[in-house]
Amino acid sequence: MTALTDDTLPTSPHAVRDEMIVFGIMTLLLAAVPWTSIYPFFVMQALCFALVACAFNLLIGYGGLLSFGHAMFLGTAGYCSAHALKVWGVPPELGIIIGTASAAVLGVVTGYVSIRRQGIYFSMITLALSQLLYFIYLQAPFTHGEDGIQGIPQGHLLWFFDLSKPTVLYYVVLAGFLAGFLLIFRTINSPFGEVLKSIRENEQRAISLGYKTDQYKLLAFILSGTIAGFAGSLKVFVAQNASLTDVHWSMSGEIVLMTLVGGLGTVFGPVVGAFIIIAMQQYLAGFGQWVTVIQGVIFVACVLLFRRGIIGEIAHFLKRSL
Amino acid sequence: MQALYAQLLVGLINGSFYALLSLGLAVIFGMLNIINFAHGALYMMGAFCAYFLLSLTGIGYWWALLIAPIAVGIFGMILERTMLQWLTGLDHLYGLLLTFGIALIVQGVFQNYFGSSGLPYAIPDYPKVGDWNGLQGGINLGFMFLPIYRGWVVIFSLVVCLATWFLIERTRLGAYLRAATENPTLVRAFGINVPRMITLTYGLGVGLAALAGVLSAPINQVRPLMGADLIIVVFAVVVIGGMGSIMGSIITGFALGVIEGLTKYFYPEASNTVVFVLMVLVLLVKPTGLTGRAA
Repeated sequence: MTALTDDTLPTSPHAVRDEMIVFGIMTLLLAAVPWTSIYPFFVMQALCFALVACAFNLLIGYGGLLSFGHAMFLGTAGYCSAHALKVWGVPPELGIIIGTASAAVLGVVTGYVSIRRQGIYFSMITLALSQLLYFIYLQAPFTHGEDGIQGIPQGHLLWFFDLSKPTVLYYVVLAGFLAGFLLIFRTINSPFGEVLKSIRENEQRAISLGYKTDQYKLLAFILSGTIAGFAGSLKVFVAQNASLTDVHWSMSGEIVLMTLVGGLGTVFGPVVGAFIIIAMQQYLAGFGQWVTVIQGVIFVACVLLFRRGIIGEIAHFLKRSL
Repeated sequence: MQALYAQLLVGLINGSFYALLSLGLAVIFGMLNIINFAHGALYMMGAFCAYFLLSLTGIGYWWALLIAPIAVGIFGMILERTMLQWLTGLDHLYGLLLTFGIALIVQGVFQNYFGSSGLPYAIPDYPKVGDWNGLQGGINLGFMFLPIYRGWVVIFSLVVCLATWFLIERTRLGAYLRAATENPTLVRAFGINVPRMITLTYGLGVGLAALAGVLSAPINQVRPLMGADLIIVVFAVVVIGGMGSIMGSIITGFALGVIEGLTKYFYPEASNTVVFVLMVLVLLVKPTGLTGRAA
């Protein structure tokens, strides 16, 4: 099997240092948003999706596993958080924990099933599993079917942070995003991440070296699903609803698209991709279904013309790892 | 009992579509190493092609059954020549992503012009032979009432599936095809134009999808998203059956349709999910799929 990223990114001894510098710049830019005229809810939404895309990228970019069902983590965590917050009246921190934990459990179950096959079959299985969940949520009473769970209370995080204030909510979401991002960053650069990359490059050889590759893949899948679920829980506070669109296959497709546009297997690509796709949806909302057509065109263009994605191309040009 | 037989028939019809679509996916995967995500969109194009033929030119069902697969097949071959062929040698996943993009474009364009509601397509009322009004009406079989059109869909699909199986497994052309699947370089050395065969294979697989689309037009109405959800079920069918064998795809397709039909009768709440649940069970017991070889 040929490697997914057609030229592996140039690795320099300063790779981690370069990436930390870019991370610092990104953090400063994002922290400055409330002082600009940029609509904070747009950035919050983009941050949630960026974290989902980063989690997805952990699987595809470093493990070589293309999940076409990552919306199931986003949606499941969203529903569970929303239900706990609204019906049980739990405080926000507990709502986030419940949502994230539900995604983790889902990751264990679906991961156990889906890592039994590789490559193309893995994608089809994750897609089918997410469709299974979609139909379950469509019929389950607690999700309120087509209406979704609406009017979710935001409350006070840790009795102090009033999440109904946009600026407070913004920094909470930003902190959550940065924490998730750093966790993924740490994972990629850990010995675990190295083994994962070796599985992507040549699974047979990794097995012959004595690694139980199935366990590595399962752990990566659970981790990815859990982080995507965490982002889904955060999104509940931003959107104040949980609906079927978050579990639909088209949402899984959008997550794939974000990562592809930004650059598969790059550290910052999914973040850039998420901002581009979310911005596109905002500004082109009046064009109805043409948005879908444009997304399709971007898919085709990315696959045929620039498989490295935006950040991948920049990194290649600068001969740096980003 | 009437209701049970009726659901069984619905199951057989859905099974015909699963079989035709998964057969096309398997044939395409064999030659191109691509999972054709656009299959559902091309199925939809087949149905729309029949609709346009009737509403714009007055060409009826029987000709549509021939013209639509050819027209959509040519469209597919253009896609293969202009886009898919550039993916040779890359990871399989790029094929999935590219065809997903194509599916979004095709479905999005149709949704723009036709919304999400269904367009009616009548069951043909010719040729008139004696009491028969084309494929309209039904026959009382004693234990159930059989709408002729539905019986026709099942039998015709079965014939097409078996003909495809015969073409691939028993003819010289099929032998070239199977040889090129195994070792394209060697087959090229024998002077066979493999790239052209790949294009034709894609056209064949896509044509089968379009044919299923025409068959389903009078039953399910013509909708831009008619193939979008169907293709995911067909993916599950393919995971269950494996793509190693043509006959395996056909049998799995029909069998899963029947199981789904039975579920609709005994436990309707699970009818949407039963195929996916079966997929999970098969993966737990026999990860390579029922007929498949290891991927």
